Amino acid sequence: MPLHSEKRLNKLKAQLIEIAGNENVDDTTSGRLVYSYDATPNFQALPEIVVAPRTAEEIAAVLKVCAETSTPVYTRGSGTNLCADTCPLKGGIVLLMKHLNKILELDKENLTITVQPGTITKEISDLVEKDNLFYPPDPSSMKISTIGGNLAENSGGLRGLKYGVTKDYVMALQVALPNGELIRTGGKLTKDVAGYDLTHLFVGSEGTLGVITEATLKLIPKPESQKTILALYQDIEAAGRSVSAIIAHKMIPVTLEFLDQDTIKAVEDFAHIGLPTNVKAILLIVQDGPQEIVDRDIHKIAEICRGEQAVDVRLASSAEEAEELATARRSALSALARLKPTTILEDATVPRSEIAAMVRAIAEVAQKYHVRISTFGHAGDGNLHPTCLTDARDEDEMSRVEEAFAEIFEKAIELGGTLTGEHGVGVTKAPYLEWKLGKAGMEVMRGIKQAIDPSGVMNPGKVFADKTKERTATIK
Amino acid sequence: MMSAADKKNIQREFKEEMDYDELLNCMRCGFCLPSCPTYIETGHQEKHSPRGRIALMKGVADGLIEPDDDLAHSLDVCLGCRACEPVCPSGVQYGHLLEDARTILQRNKRQTVGVKMLRKGIFDELFPRQDRMEKVTGLIGFYQRSGLSKVARKVGFMNLFPESMATMEKVLPEVPKRSVMKQRPRFFEHEGEKKATVALFAGCLMDTMFFDTNNATIKLLRKAGCDVLIPENQLCCGALHGHNGELEKSKQLAKQNIEAFEAAEADYIITNAGGCSAFLIDYDHLLKDEPEWSERAKHFVGKLKDISRILVELDFQKTHRLQLPDQIITYQDSCHLRNVMKTFNEPRILLKAIEGVHFVELEGADTCCGSAGDYNIVQPEMAMQILDHKMEKVADTCAQIIVTANPGCLLEMKLGVERAHKSNEVRAMHIADVLVEALVNE
Repeated sequence: MPLHSEKRLNKLKAQLIEIAGNENVDDTTSGRLVYSYDATPNFQALPEIVVAPRTAEEIAAVLKVCAETSTPVYTRGSGTNLCADTCPLKGGIVLLMKHLNKILELDKENLTITVQPGTITKEISDLVEKDNLFYPPDPSSMKISTIGGNLAENSGGLRGLKYGVTKDYVMALQVALPNGELIRTGGKLTKDVAGYDLTHLFVGSEGTLGVITEATLKLIPKPESQKTILALYQDIEAAGRSVSAIIAHKMIPVTLEFLDQDTIKAVEDFAHIGLPTNVKAILLIVQDGPQEIVDRDIHKIAEICRGEQAVDVRLASSAEEAEELATARRSALSALARLKPTTILEDATVPRSEIAAMVRAIAEVAQKYHVRISTFGHAGDGNLHPTCLTDARDEDEMSRVEEAFAEIFEKAIELGGTLTGEHGVGVTKAPYLEWKLGKAGMEVMRGIKQAIDPSGVMNPGKVFADKTKERTATIK
Repeated sequence: MMSAADKKNIQREFKEEMDYDELLNCMRCGFCLPSCPTYIETGHQEKHSPRGRIALMKGVADGLIEPDDDLAHSLDVCLGCRACEPVCPSGVQYGHLLEDARTILQRNKRQTVGVKMLRKGIFDELFPRQDRMEKVTGLIGFYQRSGLSKVARKVGFMNLFPESMATMEKVLPEVPKRSVMKQRPRFFEHEGEKKATVALFAGCLMDTMFFDTNNATIKLLRKAGCDVLIPENQLCCGALHGHNGELEKSKQLAKQNIEAFEAAEADYIITNAGGCSAFLIDYDHLLKDEPEWSERAKHFVGKLKDISRILVELDFQKTHRLQLPDQIITYQDSCHLRNVMKTFNEPRILLKAIEGVHFVELEGADTCCGSAGDYNIVQPEMAMQILDHKMEKVADTCAQIIVTANPGCLLEMKLGVERAHKSNEVRAMHIADVLVEALVNE
């Protein structure tokens, strides 16, 4: 159903061309189709126009036109989103960030880097490491994802346990607002309490408030050394208990990843790096820092794992092998996709003391609803990725998948956790958001949305659901 | 332009013929994007990425969009280098999807009589007929030897062609006389200890325009301890047909080649052209729907190896002393040898074994040079853009020799050297020729 009449659409197109130039406005069928999806299964909708502005000012001008014409705006980096946030569900325009892909400044005195939103995350990471600096957030898609997308989703990654997530490294932003204004928030400042913390309001706002057009990120010194071990288990709960035990022993590794057998097999099938496919679970553990401390921590962690019935603990023999393991882990979701036509992934998160309980609950839910769920994820920070292997063409199974996930969300919240640790609410978790925030919490969110985007053009259909999903009576 | 009727046909055929499970297998994670040369060269245009192209194919199969010329263009711009396949965690067979889609589009293309005749001439009458390949390349040889080439260059005849083709004409290797090609025996005995019997897939272009490289390949195989057979009745591998939407003709060629090599009963089938080998190794997929052929195709595929792989397996570089004057050498991967045959360490092992040579890894050696079969002829602008970026990286290595392992890549590298006005300083060579030149006591 077209949002605009042909006449209005032509007028809108002319306005966009005037702002961004003819070559940066595309309304061809192919041009629109290739921006109709992201990495979230089962969501696809064609935008009416795709526009790629060249500057922050052009972005602000586009937003103003959209607000005036009630045209939905869907901001897009590389489209690796996992909650359908970049999918233009209500038509309108897709706003591409591809021209804003420059690294503007590496400030070695303040240890900051200032970048445009279309910069690829890994380019930032690689560049600063050449100067012995470190940008820790490393979402699995970091080779592809843009920093703007990471900021909008407040992405996590494999190093979240020790170093935190994207929001912990944002010092200042420039943001384009739907009223056509450009604002700057924060600064290269460790301390700054002048006004509300608008920087962190926009981080994780999923494109529903404005468009981040520039960001200044905090850097830290690069750790001197790093070691990686693999702990192997024949009992997945024992792996879960190891995670809690490591933390309880006051060990904070950089990375503490969990992979179950399905995931191990799928990843090995792709990466061919000799992962043991005959075990029920693996923990991939990385520690970094000064050499002596890394050695001491890794030794202690290995002991803890053995104490929790790890059948074997292996040390990566070289930096290359360690990198191979991390890269293989990053491929887990897409590798699982080779097993079944549709892979539906969630990222319910619990306090890390509850990891074993959550792993058990996921297994029970899978059995109850007769669905196949593989689990991997950032066990150390309580952020698991139960992934349902299914087929979108099987309606009966799909409805069971939905019920299974509803129950997993219930369980996560019951354990003091949350719906989503790092992928965002988007469309997929919007119906459940009130379970976590409560009615009053949702009202606060709506008030903020209304104040900044009164015409409701920024990423409509996301975060705020038309209807909250009814809670099942089985739990609670 | 596609007519409404064309669009309807194409849509129906996409629905009926495209492998829908394979289309679904793409979960749109985007892991392929950084590996795609056209995505990078176009400044991150999704329609020039593997994920975008698969989405377009699926969009047509789903009936979400109608096929149109933009869609055809998106598929045309693809190099077919398949760099997206090894990086795809889901294991999507992009190359197969591309071939199927191109076949449907080709079948429904309205072409002028001239283009139709030309395609028929090339795909039906020339490439499948080795005698005619010899004649045509023989003509090139005559053209080169007679001095006509000099005259043509002088009077500017080549200026009538696109710039890339005109430069290409300058860099074509000297083609031997047909009589020389005809006289080559079909069997060569091993030297030293016998280790294997191999059958050489001679290739249509390799065995005419690159006849000397084939001879070098035979020499290396003999020295490595192989009896070498060159089966008669072998034909073009069919890659050019497959990549241009002429799959039926590829199948005919595949069957004839399988038959020709069955008769040879060799331990291995050896190729020295990455592009051909990647197509040959897909014969089992190509013939999967023909029960009487699928097993035979699997058997054929199981024997296939690139020259560099068998040499390393037979310890050639350990048993023969290799030496060249002090110089820097670099290596440009053949996309298909790397991404499909998974052969990329072996050429480097061999080159590093040459004394006097300092091997410098070329940054981005694993990405396409822009040759991509006939891509540099049908998409000259993109091909030249990719090539020029490639030559900047080559210049960074300061190499005196750029080594490749496929005739298309070799010509492209020669073209790149010519375009960069470096033909006096830099040579582009096939790895077999480099190794023969490096053999000590020859």
